[in-house]
Amino acid sequence: MASQQLTRVEIEALLDVWLETEFTFHHVGPVARSLSKLERADQDFVLDWIKRIATTHITLAFHFAKRAPDLIRRLDARAIEAWALQLCDTYDRAGMYAALAVAEQVDAYSRTRQTHTEGALYDDIAGVLGNFVRGLSGRKLTIEQGDAVYTDSEKIVLPAITSLLASRDDNFKLAKARVALLWAQTRYGTLRADIAGACAGYPHPDRALHQFNALETLRLTACIGRELPGLHREMQRLMALLGDELPAPWQALADRLAVADARVEDSLGLLDAAYHLPDFQTWCYQGELRPDSVAAARAARMEKEKARLRIKLAELLQEHQSAQQDEPRDATASKPEFEVTPRDENGALDFEITLDDAPIAPPDDVRRLLTSVYLDFGEIPPEYLSPAGEGEYDPKQVFDQPEDPDAVWHGTYHEKGAELYPEWDHGRQHYRKNWCVMREKSVTPVHDDFVQKTLDKHSGLVRHLRRKFEALRDENRVEKRQTQGDEIDLDALIEAIADAKDGREMSDRLFVRQHRAERNIAVAFLVDMSGSTKGWINEAEREALILLCEALELLGDRYAIYGFSGTTRKRCELFRIKTFDDIYDGEVKARIAGIRPQEYTRMGFALRHMTKLLNQVEAKTRVLVTLSDGRPDDYFDVYRGEYGVEDTRMALLEASRTGIHPFCITLDREARDYLPHMYGAARYIILDDVRQLPVKVTDIYRRITT
Amino acid sequence: MNAHAHILSPESHFIDREPYYEAVGNEIAIFEAAYRNKLPILLKGPTGCGKTRFMEHMAWRLKRPLITVSCHDDLTASDLVGRYLVKGGETIWVDGPLTRAVRCGGICYLDEIVEARKDTMVVIHPLADDRRELPMEKVGQLLQAPEEFCLAISYNPGYQSVLKDLKQSTRQRFVALEFDYPAPDLERRIVANESGVDVGMAEKLVKFARMTRNLKGSGLDEGASTRLLVHAGKLISSGVDPVVACQNAVAQAVTDDADMLAAIQELSSSLF
Repeated sequence: MASQQLTRVEIEALLDVWLETEFTFHHVGPVARSLSKLERADQDFVLDWIKRIATTHITLAFHFAKRAPDLIRRLDARAIEAWALQLCDTYDRAGMYAALAVAEQVDAYSRTRQTHTEGALYDDIAGVLGNFVRGLSGRKLTIEQGDAVYTDSEKIVLPAITSLLASRDDNFKLAKARVALLWAQTRYGTLRADIAGACAGYPHPDRALHQFNALETLRLTACIGRELPGLHREMQRLMALLGDELPAPWQALADRLAVADARVEDSLGLLDAAYHLPDFQTWCYQGELRPDSVAAARAARMEKEKARLRIKLAELLQEHQSAQQDEPRDATASKPEFEVTPRDENGALDFEITLDDAPIAPPDDVRRLLTSVYLDFGEIPPEYLSPAGEGEYDPKQVFDQPEDPDAVWHGTYHEKGAELYPEWDHGRQHYRKNWCVMREKSVTPVHDDFVQKTLDKHSGLVRHLRRKFEALRDENRVEKRQTQGDEIDLDALIEAIADAKDGREMSDRLFVRQHRAERNIAVAFLVDMSGSTKGWINEAEREALILLCEALELLGDRYAIYGFSGTTRKRCELFRIKTFDDIYDGEVKARIAGIRPQEYTRMGFALRHMTKLLNQVEAKTRVLVTLSDGRPDDYFDVYRGEYGVEDTRMALLEASRTGIHPFCITLDREARDYLPHMYGAARYIILDDVRQLPVKVTDIYRRITT
Repeated sequence: MNAHAHILSPESHFIDREPYYEAVGNEIAIFEAAYRNKLPILLKGPTGCGKTRFMEHMAWRLKRPLITVSCHDDLTASDLVGRYLVKGGETIWVDGPLTRAVRCGGICYLDEIVEARKDTMVVIHPLADDRRELPMEKVGQLLQAPEEFCLAISYNPGYQSVLKDLKQSTRQRFVALEFDYPAPDLERRIVANESGVDVGMAEKLVKFARMTRNLKGSGLDEGASTRLLVHAGKLISSGVDPVVACQNAVAQAVTDDADMLAAIQELSSSLF
């Protein structure tokens, strides 16, 4: 039986609680009334989202509630969900003002107010379209989510939802056509022109820009027709579906721009004529032109690429000269000269490089730089081709340098050089995108007698562990009585012949073969370095790590050790103690000795980062072991309590979904109630006594990896 | 239908019809010079760019039998040299492919040599320097290779894995020939010639291959090879729709990743 519709009064009561109307004075009456007219399933859906958004911000939830009843008639549930998440994400990133702007924008998602559309969501299509656009020739463009459809010549921006058409598939095709047109703007020279300058001369520059965009859309559509005929057919179909057409007065211009050698200069030449034509009704796959962001991206790119190209050419020259060292060079000969001939034909863009008339094969990075420079200028300017002189550029400024994780705090832009990780918000039942700002730092090594003391203190245990771990080592051995092998197993053969003489069946297991053992395990240890580990726990952790390393060295497993700590989402820190590539030497030992309690326990980002690192290691089995002293917690943040527990749980689930085996060792004695839930995906063990830790950790490791 | 496979003995199997091969550079001349000087040869290059076809072509040119071994990670030295087998209660020695090639003065081609176990590669060392001999410890013989014998190996440096790299002691014995996908004009000719599609379709296929090669490094380990284009071309000449042919012969062959498959599908549907 279908459940009953909720009444206005029932809904109002719920909203009163969620939106705290007693204090916020939001008028929920009208919202409740329009919600009461929906079907029960739709009511539940909308109410659920109101509740979820309210955990982020009540005002945001109210604005969602006001629009949702109307929206649910026009869009499918997934699109509304995407919009709700976009509201929350925008609020996370840019605050209430920007989020409310997103709320206003929702009407643009569908042109017709009646039909029920199934939108193509950015998150669903970005991966495919990203690869699609990388497959096309030219500069490698990336795809990002934003508030409009445009490109800055490096990234292509798409909105959260594309939903002009009824079916999801058609909406995807529309997004693809938009991406292709924006790609063509970079590829076929639109963005090379001084668009802002050309439009500035008109009484209404905005109108000029609009008409210029139309001219270029006509020209580029013809380019796509030649280059990607299948896509061109698709574009025509989409236009027909939405009733887009070429206005008659524009026909003559379209014809002139459709010829194969039409360039952006032709569009600029026709702008005068177009300016006086009636407004061009924007086509469905047409994006915006934003000359400002193009100029900004270009300005940031040009000097850097010039420097990079010249440095690369200098390297190429040096390589070339050292290869031909034995040929004496005429001292009076002119300086070696590079010449580049771009070949932009047939859709492919390639370059022929000659050095003093001898052709050379350009490496990929040089080819990429040449492509990018060519797209900016339509040629390779000669000054880009003179190899950089000694010390002419500071490579530190030309090539991206790893940031000093401590130095960023002196600047204003605190996310520079950091890696961003999402975090699970259980109230929203969704991730907060790019929420944790994570940096890897290194531990200051302490060269004291800690390692020696530990080994002395546990000398009996070390001997015991050595024996146990040695037994685990799988060794090469000869396997007898195999069906295939390098040599004949004489014992087996004699038996088999005797059997045959007896009239019994002869075995076919007559060979010996070499079994080659490979213990193919990679393991990462994640150690709690929060302030609460101060004292006993910290010492026990360090001792445990020393013993572990001693044992692991015997096995030859690849292993890494990292410590985690942090204060708020903006300062999540992961401390490198031993990477997978480091060998266990004095330096690593000193770093273990140097592990000191830091700040708070935010675990999600650390687990996610370790998951990423582990997945980069080639191994059959991957194990992630965490050592912590208790409940996740962070400074003045919601991380304490349920939020942190749920995020940690989610991070462990993510790890195990990628095939990693998570294992948690915890010293928390009081709060056992939440542990089974938090460690849901992971196996875990609770240690009552800190002093057991060094003994137990190695023992546990032995058990989980055999 | 009266289907039956031909039984060929590798030593006496000479290639008598010229295998189709378009020279990219001077690789034929270099191979011949190396062969005359009894130097072993290493072919480097991505999969499906024509290394094996080149070997067949050279075997035809030099009129020697070609014995090819596709190496795998369980390939042992005995698999190459030979082993004792049991037959009717007696043990008999059976030559491996490498030994057979040495005995008959043929060309032994070890394909994808890095796939073989590390200890296996060492048995070719004495054959690959000026000694040119194959020690057969189990039968207590030392086989001296005749003038005509030639050793060639291939490997794909694109794997980018430490585990799949060729040891210096191995690689420094060979004359190396580098192969890459042919230039567009040449590749078009090859695709048209091998698959029977017209030049226009061959050109589109080559363009499509370039698109997938652009994706190398951002989710694809390797772009579409010339071989895959020939496969797609053959399907197209048998009446399969080009987009479908590209999906089945190319996209599915280069990746399993759903997003990447979809992207390649979008590229081909845009192109045709």
